[in-house]
Amino acid sequence: MKRVALVGMPNTGKSTLFNRLTGASARTGNWPGVTVELASARVLAGRHMVELVDLPGLYDLHGFSDDERVVRHFLEAAPVDALVVVLNASQLDRQLALALQVKALGLPTLVLLNMADEARRHGIRIDEAGLAAGLGLPVAALSAKLGTGQAEAVRRLASLLDAAGPARDAALREALAEDHRRESAVESLLARHVHVPPRLSDTASDRLDRVVLHPWLGLPIFFLAMLAIFQAVFLLGSPLQDGVEALFEGVRKSALEPLLAPLPDFTRGILLDGVWAGMGTVAAFVPLIVVFFFFLAAVEDSGYLSRAAFLTDSLMARLGLDGRAFVMLLMGFGCNVPALMGTRVMRDRPMRLLSMLTIPLSLCSARLQVFVFIAAAIFRPAVAPWVLFGLYVTSFLAVIVTALAFKGRFASREPFVIELPPWRAPTLRLVALRGWLEVKHFLRRATTFIFVGVVAVWLLTHLPSGAAPAGPGTIAGWIGSALQPVLGPLGIDERLAVALLFGFVAKEVVIGAFAVIYGLEGDALAGELARSMDWVAATSFMIFTLVYTPCLSAIATLRTESRSAGFTALAIAWPLGLAWAASFAFYQGMRAMGL
Amino acid sequence: MNDLRPLSELNPGDHGVIAAVHAPEELGKRLTALGFSTGRPLALVRRALLRGPLHVRLGTTDVALRMAEAAGIQVRLAAPVPA
Ligand SMILES: Nc1nc2c(ncn2[C@@H]2O[C@H](COP(=O)(O)OP(=O)(O)OP(=O)(O)O)[C@@H](O)[C@H]2O)c(=O)[nH]1
Ligand SMILES: [Mg+2]
Repeated sequence: MKRVALVGMPNTGKSTLFNRLTGASARTGNWPGVTVELASARVLAGRHMVELVDLPGLYDLHGFSDDERVVRHFLEAAPVDALVVVLNASQLDRQLALALQVKALGLPTLVLLNMADEARRHGIRIDEAGLAAGLGLPVAALSAKLGTGQAEAVRRLASLLDAAGPARDAALREALAEDHRRESAVESLLARHVHVPPRLSDTASDRLDRVVLHPWLGLPIFFLAMLAIFQAVFLLGSPLQDGVEALFEGVRKSALEPLLAPLPDFTRGILLDGVWAGMGTVAAFVPLIVVFFFFLAAVEDSGYLSRAAFLTDSLMARLGLDGRAFVMLLMGFGCNVPALMGTRVMRDRPMRLLSMLTIPLSLCSARLQVFVFIAAAIFRPAVAPWVLFGLYVTSFLAVIVTALAFKGRFASREPFVIELPPWRAPTLRLVALRGWLEVKHFLRRATTFIFVGVVAVWLLTHLPSGAAPAGPGTIAGWIGSALQPVLGPLGIDERLAVALLFGFVAKEVVIGAFAVIYGLEGDALAGELARSMDWVAATSFMIFTLVYTPCLSAIATLRTESRSAGFTALAIAWPLGLAWAASFAFYQGMRAMGL
Repeated sequence: MNDLRPLSELNPGDHGVIAAVHAPEELGKRLTALGFSTGRPLALVRRALLRGPLHVRLGTTDVALRMAEAAGIQVRLAAPVPA
C-alpha cells in the first residue's frame, strides 16, 4: 500500500478530488478552510493500491494556523510515498510558489492544475509540457468537479509511484532565503508557460457581486436570502414530516401493537412508549432536516459564505470577532460541532476561543426540531414562523451579549485577510451527497444518544414500578421537584425539567422525552403540550433550551479544540447562567405585564 | 504621474502596482500567498460599510482585507484614465 497526500492552498478542490477519486464523502464547500482534519481512503492507481490522504489547505508550508499545523505534523510524522499538489489553474500566479516549496521537500510529487474548466472560461492557456519541464515535476490539468482529465491524472500518479523509492517523511526545515530565488523562478515559469488574458472587466460573478456586496443593500439582501431559504425549507419539509409521522403511527397500530401484545407490560411499555414513540417523534423531523441541509450545502458551495464574512466583518469587529466568526455561526445553524472545528483557520488563540464560546449559542438543526415542534403545538400557524424567526434573533442576541462580555478577556489582534472565491454553481451531486450524509448522521445519533436518552427517560418516568407514569412518585418526579426552586421561576414545570436534563445529551432528545413523559405521540402530544403550558411558559422553555449548555458532542469538541478544561467549564457554565437569566427575565417580565 | 499611496487610502476603481508590503512575518507570508507581492498589479473593487474591509483584485484572485492590514501595502497608482 502506498500513501499519497493531497496538499494545496485552501479552496483549490482537494476534497472534491479526493471524493471523486475514492468515492468518499469528505465535506467540500466554496470557502477556504472547509477541511480541518485528515481524511483518508483507498483508491487504485495503476497497479498500486493507494491510501490517499486529504489534508487541510495551507497557504505556506511554514504557516501558523491550527489547520496548517495539522498538515505540517502529518508531513513530518507520517512517511508518504508521494505528494500531489493541487493548484487552482486560474491562480497560478500566486499558487505556483507552493508547488516549488513542496518540490523542495524532495518527495516524488505530481502537480495537478485543477479547475481547468474555470481557467478555460477565463481564456487562460497553460503549456503543461513546458511547465512540467520547467518545474521538473509531472503536471496534469483536470476538473475535479466535472471529472474531466481524471483518468490522465491517475495514470500520471501511477507512473510516479512506479518510479518512487521507499516512503519517507518530509524534511520541513529549510532556509528562508530560498523564498527570493523561488519568487523569480515563479515569475519566469509564468512568463514562459502561462498565458492570462487581461481580465474581462465584467464577468457574471462581478455583476452578481455588485448587487450582493452593495454597500447599503448587501446585508439586508443577505438576511432576506436567509429568510427565503427558511421559508422554502418549511414549505418543502412540512408535508414530508406529516408523512413520516403518519407512517410511524400506522406501523405502530397495525403491526407493533398486535405483535408485542403478548409481552409483559413493562417490556411492552419500554419498547412501544419508550423507544418507538420517542425515536419516532424525533425521526419525523428527518425529512425537514435533510431539506434544510440541502439548502445549507447549496449556500456553502455557492461562495456566499466569504461574501457574508466581508459584509459582516465591521460589525463583528465591534464584538472582538471577525467576519470568519460570523461564517462559523452560520455553519453552526447546521451543527455546532463542525463549526467549532472550523475555527482552526484562526491563528490567534484568544479570538479562536471567543469564537468557540459563541458558536454553541447558534441555533443548530437539533434545536430547530424542538422549536418547530413546540411552536407548531402552541402557536397559530400564522404566528409560528415568526416565533422561530424570533428565536434566531435571540440566538444572535445571546452571541452579542457573550462576545461583549468576554471580548476584554479574549482580546486579539488577529489580521483579517480572506479570499473571495468566485461564485460557483452548486452541483446536484454535491447537494444530494450532503443530504445523504445527514441521514447517516441522524441514524448514528438515533442509535446512540437518542436511543439511550429516550430509554433513560422512560425508566425514570416509570420507576419505581407502581407509581403513576411520570407522576410525582417516580424518579423523574423527584428530580423534577428537586429542580423546581431553580426552574419554577422560569415557568418550567417538573416534567419539562426532566426533558431538559436529557436534552443536554443531544437536543433532539427533548422532543423524544416529551413523547415518553406524556405517553403520547403526534397530534395528541401537541394537544397535551398546548393544554399544559401557555405561550409565555412555552417561549420561556424554548429560550432556555436555545441557550443552555451545549450538547455532549459539542462539549467534547470544545474540550479537544481548546485543550483546556477551564475554558470548557466556562463554555458550559456561562450559557447555563445566561439561559437562566434570559428565561427568568422573559417569563417574569411577561407575567408582570399580566400576560 | 507616479503617485505612491497606502492601499487603505485608495478609492474604489483605483488601480496600480504594488510597490511595497510592510507586515510582520506571519501576516507577510499569508499576504504573499494571496498574491500581494511587489510588482503585481492591483485594483480596489469596493469598500464595505463603516470602514469595513476592502475588496481587492490581484490578477485573477479577489481578496478581502481590513484597513489595518491594507495600510501596510504601498501602491503605485496608474495614471488616471482620461474621462
Ligand atoms: N469550477 C470548478 N470548481 C471546483 C473544481 N473543483 C472543486 N471546485 C469547487 O471549489 C470549491 C472548493 O472545493 P473543496 O474540494 O472544498 O476545496 P479544498 O481544497 O478541499 O478546500 P479546503 O478544504 O478549504 O482546503 C467547491 O465549491 C468545489 O465545488 C473544479 O474542477 N472546477
Ligand atoms: Mg477540503
